[in-house]
Amino acid sequence: MTEPGLTAGQARLRPSTVGSTLEGANRELLEVTGVEQVGPYALLRLERGGVDPGRPGQFFMLEAPGRVLPRPMSLCLAPPGELAFLIDPIGPGTKALCALSSGQAIHVLGPLGNGFDLAVDRPLLVGGGIGVAPLPYLSEALGHPPALLGFRTDRHAKAARLVPNAEVVIEPTFVTELLPLDPGDVLACGPEPMLEAVARLVPDAQLAWEAPMPCGYGACFGCVVERDGHMTRLCVEGPVLRAA
Amino acid sequence: MNVPILNASGCLDALAAADVARALDVFVTKTITPLPREGNPTPRIAETDFGMLNSIGLQGPGVDAFVADVLPALAALGRPIWVSVGGFSADDYAGVCERLDEHDDVATIELNLSCPNVEEAPESSAQIVAACRATTAKPLYAKLSPANSDLGEAARAVVASGADGLSLVNTIRGLALDAVTLQPKLARAVGGYSGPALKPIALACVHLCAQAVDVPIVGMGGVRAGLDALELVAVGASAVALGTVLFTDPGAPRRIRSELEAEATMRGFPQPGDARGTACVSEEKTVQLQGL
Repeated sequence: MTEPGLTAGQARLRPSTVGSTLEGANRELLEVTGVEQVGPYALLRLERGGVDPGRPGQFFMLEAPGRVLPRPMSLCLAPPGELAFLIDPIGPGTKALCALSSGQAIHVLGPLGNGFDLAVDRPLLVGGGIGVAPLPYLSEALGHPPALLGFRTDRHAKAARLVPNAEVVIEPTFVTELLPLDPGDVLACGPEPMLEAVARLVPDAQLAWEAPMPCGYGACFGCVVERDGHMTRLCVEGPVLRAA
Repeated sequence: MNVPILNASGCLDALAAADVARALDVFVTKTITPLPREGNPTPRIAETDFGMLNSIGLQGPGVDAFVADVLPALAALGRPIWVSVGGFSADDYAGVCERLDEHDDVATIELNLSCPNVEEAPESSAQIVAACRATTAKPLYAKLSPANSDLGEAARAVVASGADGLSLVNTIRGLALDAVTLQPKLARAVGGYSGPALKPIALACVHLCAQAVDVPIVGMGGVRAGLDALELVAVGASAVALGTVLFTDPGAPRRIRSELEAEATMRGFPQPGDARGTACVSEEKTVQLQGL
């Protein structure tokens, strides 16, 4: 289903001198190669086409069938020739994505945003809930460092199998309770309270944030977060930000 | 291209995505206000079944930083730059227009007279247009709300006050509740409704104003494909702007331009602009039909 070259419906966007949040990004119609159940989550696998998997922590805008806006998803795994996304079916868009089946196709735009800085000496991955989504790809890029994962229930914790070398805690235990005194280089993704707790304990941690994101490339100012007293676009400045 | 394709104000940042802006015939800036604004609190966006709500609240650098930092960079795009202007009084609008008047890089000024997400100026749209007209000879487009109770009269009034064209339509106020909490999804509860649901409203507004006044109209509202654009032309638009569709498809300008040409050709119009006004039903005819 991949369309080669510049055709209607496909943005093949070149770098520019003024600025380009779309540099290196492509928008293509990609075929679903499979959907696997992982606890309550779905691992949506798509053919890769001409879409670059990008750096861990970067994200993609996935067309949600029947919905007006696409959904931002960080890449979970990059098997040869494929892109895989771990999705929690919590709303109409994510449910539509999880309901896809092999042979159907959706438009995918990416990679977008700033991913994790991989120049780290002693990485420790920290993830909570669906926030573990970018960690399998990140773990692979960093040579499978130790990981600390927290989930609400045993069922949610089934996603831990995607992250090698992981220690898992279930609520009411939180990942922050297991953070070592000298945690090294923390790279974290999870719910806001978890990221805020990690930021308090590890001021130089790299944190991947989430926000409702209509466009993903700086067009709409919908995904802003307050930073240094200013509303900044998470899709342009992030989604990975330094805690301090 | 005899039907220029623009972006709707606030739907594209040309400095963040220059290639998308270059694919347009004209780039329209996000609304510029006299002073810098951080905009509204979050959440600012809510998707609905047939559209989306935004409550951005005119986040922007203010006119000083705009002319010093942003405008020179926009000029490098090599596209005509239309600057959208907003404010909270006629003096605000006129002050920004006066600043922009000195800059050759500003091709046209679009007066955002209809932002659904900030407090409105106390003056009427016509009074604001008149105040701006006194400060600049640049073309002035008045962007009106589809919620205007007498849009035809509003259009006549702004044109009589010196508007050279109309931009139709802005978003219309809407509200969405969270299905679990039954509370508003947006921090300010109400936002501007856009997307596919806006198209019939936009068509009705352009259709009405194309017959009420004799100035060019930039049609916008729910355009997703070339046929949507051609429909706006058929009810009287001279140009078409893309809004929400840019969020889903940054390649929309090129795609919609080529679709628009194909849709026009398919219907026997040598160029898309040849379809202009062909769907207009006169006011007398509408009244006759209503009487049947």
